[in-house]
Amino acid sequence: MSRVIGLTGDEAAAYAAKQSNVDVVAAYPITPQTIIVETFSEYVFNGEVHAEFICVESEHSAMSACIGASLAGARVFTATASQGLALMHEMLYIASGLRCPIVMAVANRALSAPINIHGDHSDMMGSRDSGWIQIYAENAQEAYDWIIQAFRIAEDHDVLLPVTVNLDGFILSHSLEGVEVQDDEEVSRFVSTRKPLFRVDPDRPITVGALCLTDYYFEVKRQQVEAFDKAFQVIEKVNKEYYELTGREYGTVDVYGVEDSEAAILCLGSTAGTAKAVAKNLRSKGRKVGVIKPWVYRPFPSEDLLEAVKGLKALAVLDRACSFGAPYGALCSDIASILYRNGSDLKIFNGIYGLGGRDITPSDIKVIFDEALEVARTGTVKEPIKFVGVRE
Amino acid sequence: MVTLKELTVEELFTSGHRLCAGCGAGIIARMTLKALRRPTIIVNATGCLEVASTIYPYTSWRTPWVHVAFENAAAVASGIEAAIKAWKKRGAWNKEVDIIAFAGDGGTFDIGIQALSGALERGHDFLYICYDNEAYMNTGIQRSGATPHGAATTTSPAGTKIPGKPEFKKDFIGICAAHGIEYAATASPAYWNDYIRKVQRGLAVEGPAVIHVFSPCPLGMRHDSDKSIEIARLAVQTRYWPVYEVENGKYKLNIKVPRPKPIEEFLKLQGRFRHLFKPQFQHEIKRIQEWVDENWKRITELCGEA
Repeated sequence: MSRVIGLTGDEAAAYAAKQSNVDVVAAYPITPQTIIVETFSEYVFNGEVHAEFICVESEHSAMSACIGASLAGARVFTATASQGLALMHEMLYIASGLRCPIVMAVANRALSAPINIHGDHSDMMGSRDSGWIQIYAENAQEAYDWIIQAFRIAEDHDVLLPVTVNLDGFILSHSLEGVEVQDDEEVSRFVSTRKPLFRVDPDRPITVGALCLTDYYFEVKRQQVEAFDKAFQVIEKVNKEYYELTGREYGTVDVYGVEDSEAAILCLGSTAGTAKAVAKNLRSKGRKVGVIKPWVYRPFPSEDLLEAVKGLKALAVLDRACSFGAPYGALCSDIASILYRNGSDLKIFNGIYGLGGRDITPSDIKVIFDEALEVARTGTVKEPIKFVGVRE
Repeated sequence: MVTLKELTVEELFTSGHRLCAGCGAGIIARMTLKALRRPTIIVNATGCLEVASTIYPYTSWRTPWVHVAFENAAAVASGIEAAIKAWKKRGAWNKEVDIIAFAGDGGTFDIGIQALSGALERGHDFLYICYDNEAYMNTGIQRSGATPHGAATTTSPAGTKIPGKPEFKKDFIGICAAHGIEYAATASPAYWNDYIRKVQRGLAVEGPAVIHVFSPCPLGMRHDSDKSIEIARLAVQTRYWPVYEVENGKYKLNIKVPRPKPIEEFLKLQGRFRHLFKPQFQHEIKRIQEWVDENWKRITELCGEA
């Protein structure tokens, strides 16, 4: 059974963690994630969960304590944003390298300097090669749904990788939505408890985190790559079971109206919601535009994305982060890579937008669609990288 | 005091590790594991003890052993302790275990002090052991906040103008005791039964406890490898390394040194102080002796011995 309750994105993340039989939460407050740890603290202090909440003295220690708990065999959840994620950076690689299936909500926020508390994807994009599965939510509902599924994906013995569920700072973290939530028992049954492959059990002593030099390090990394490949199947399986439980359908890529479209926007997170609304409006006027939203950014769903862009003549890829000095933003670089590898002649251009929380409005999106349609018509990209909504 | 006969013959820290001959850390690890009261999980900060005892696929540890990084042994221990508490709450764990975190002086005095302070303040139940060889020996002898005045390291060399490290050592136990923890102590491996008693006492505490133990380092302090315990004993007998404990804020001197040897006895066996014996730097030896005397006076006053 499900019911609809009013939750902000942050509250939805905390609510999902509450229902997911989490053993340990170690976290440090940072805007715009703070509501997650505040809400979870209430669950702990009101005795609603069995979890231990470690209110650490920094994000570095937050992730360190999460790693300790996860290696011990616990189910672990945490949340952070921006500078906090950056401070964790060292530990992110250790969490994945030691195969700790930690689930972390990231309320995406710009990185300093200049200091800014609002949403963009600089934080997660700066850690995109840290070996974490990365999922982006479009709204509070998706944040809730993906966090529950993330525990199953992360802890699957074919995967054993940490997972971040990203929700746009303020736009999602602080906005109240009606969220359809499942009963506690249903979620509890769905996620069960963690069944660790190894744990720090004195009856079966193991050494974790040994020095590993030229003779073995590379193989350990190769195994992580393999785990990312295997994650696709596990994500599919978990999505299917979650659909059976909730009726809400997920995959690696969300598509809207692309099947008959000539041009589309491809973007992550909440912007896809705005893009869908604009596309709907344009489509009602007979213009063939669609929206592609990777739910899963790592592992990069190349096959599903190639399938999604099939038939398009032009694609605008929107990045909410700068990749300074790079040919494109990170997402667009990935898209360009798979198109090239596939011998595709799809015309693409990159829109860099929304840095430091600058709004992307329906009219901004409409301009991008217009341009994409123009590229589709002419077959020529005039401006490979556009900065959307910035004063030049 | 425990006697030799009472010590377990079981070796949970096995031979075959790659620590240097005469390394204090290896001696300390072995003694520590002979003082355990029950199954124990070890957390090890990055450092000599970690790299030399666990080169994959080998390990010297017959206990669960976890290494995560350099600066966070106390935070990792916090996480493990919390995991066990949570399992107990949901009835998924019924074993009584202890947790010990090992870290060197770099991982403790410098880069790890924030994580340690946080863990002490939060009151996690674990014993933190800082084996202090007074420099970053693992990376090749760089100065740390624990390096004593005058010691030559690769980042505080015995220069023609500046003869080794200008600064003095931090009061680490004072910092720990200021957190209001139940038990903090110093120790020297030369006084093994005092050390073992302290490990046992630290483990018995419900909450955090800290032991700061002098760890001779033939490579970095530059002494003969058969002199390690002699140097660890001279550290105490010269009053350089007061051996005391702080229980619920109350200081107690554990090893009295009524007739201290001059600090030269300690310094002269170690190459890191060799330059201080040149005529132009001999005044530095006097300064070190003054620091030792002042520190001893301060500690013994706190212990009510002065």
